Amino acid sequence: MNFLQRLRGESHSAATAKNRLQFVLVHDRADLPPGKLEALKDDLIEVLSRHVDIDPRTVQISLTRERNQQRLVADILLAPARARRRPLN
Amino acid sequence: MPAKVVTITSGKGGVGKTTATANIGVALAAGGARVVCLDADIGLRNLDVVMGLENRIVYDLVDVVEGRCKLRQAMIRDKRLPELHLIPAAQTRDKTAVSPKDMVRLADELRPDFDWILVDSPAGIERGFRNAVAPADIVLIVTNPEVSAVRDADRIIGLVEAEEKDPPKLVLNRIKPEMVRRGDMLATADVLEVLAIELIGVVPEDDSILVASNHGAPAALDPKSRAGRAFRDIAHRLNGETVPFEDGESGDGLFGRLARLVRSGGQA
Repeated sequence: MNFLQRLRGESHSAATAKNRLQFVLVHDRADLPPGKLEALKDDLIEVLSRHVDIDPRTVQISLTRERNQQRLVADILLAPARARRRPLN
Repeated sequence: MPAKVVTITSGKGGVGKTTATANIGVALAAGGARVVCLDADIGLRNLDVVMGLENRIVYDLVDVVEGRCKLRQAMIRDKRLPELHLIPAAQTRDKTAVSPKDMVRLADELRPDFDWILVDSPAGIERGFRNAVAPADIVLIVTNPEVSAVRDADRIIGLVEAEEKDPPKLVLNRIKPEMVRRGDMLATADVLEVLAIELIGVVPEDDSILVASNHGAPAALDPKSRAGRAFRDIAHRLNGETVPFEDGESGDGLFGRLARLVRSGGQA
């Protein structure tokens, strides 16, 4: 909270509550706690690495909710083309 | 018409299930309906004290189920509202003393003689919850504008749907409009957006609830109580009437408008 917000008597704990609630519910509903999602991500990286060149640090996996549907979203960035090019020897 | 069974549940304890049951029961009976409130919280009996009927208990729910008395004998008639009745929970037994089938049978036996059967569910998601929900035609979920309570409400909504009941309706209890206005409490709209169920009541935090429970006279009997009025509105909505929701949260009063003007830096 910055000084101006404090001066205006603003506080945003309700917004924090809502965000935390949405996060926790998305995991509850999918029965996939955050730690388990991390484990899934590690396994996913391992499998993918066998087939494509990826940078494990950039892999992002998350749960989202659209109305009544739960969606598991994985964002996998392929390693830069130069790194993927095999040396010509 | 045979009675409708309304089960009041929540998942989390202490959000106001028993208070809601007593007050909705009182409000329905004050409107002339024949009402029986059933305390399904076996082992932790409380609806009797909230309704102020604790001195007159002879038999309880488990006595009826185990055949030690007739249903009528376990029913306590309220002195203020002769159409209001209570079947108390047993205090020295546990939830396994009754099965969901027992509850369905009991409700079916009560249906012809009443307009409403209100079942006060225990907290939790185990046997006691399943007992309370088994006979329900309508399920009301009570929650507070708090992360933990809303989370539990969401879990209960899933379990009610798994029991193939109609989608439950929401009672949002203990709202403090002034905290909502300054952004420090989840607003009704936030909770509804997250839970995606129909709203049947918003009950403000109100000292008169504690005073009422001190006396054993539910706040719905008190025409001046704000929470009592909110519970009476819920009773009207159960009866199919359209009652607008009071909007104290967006701050459309003079102070609310001023506060928003200040917050938005004069752009409102």
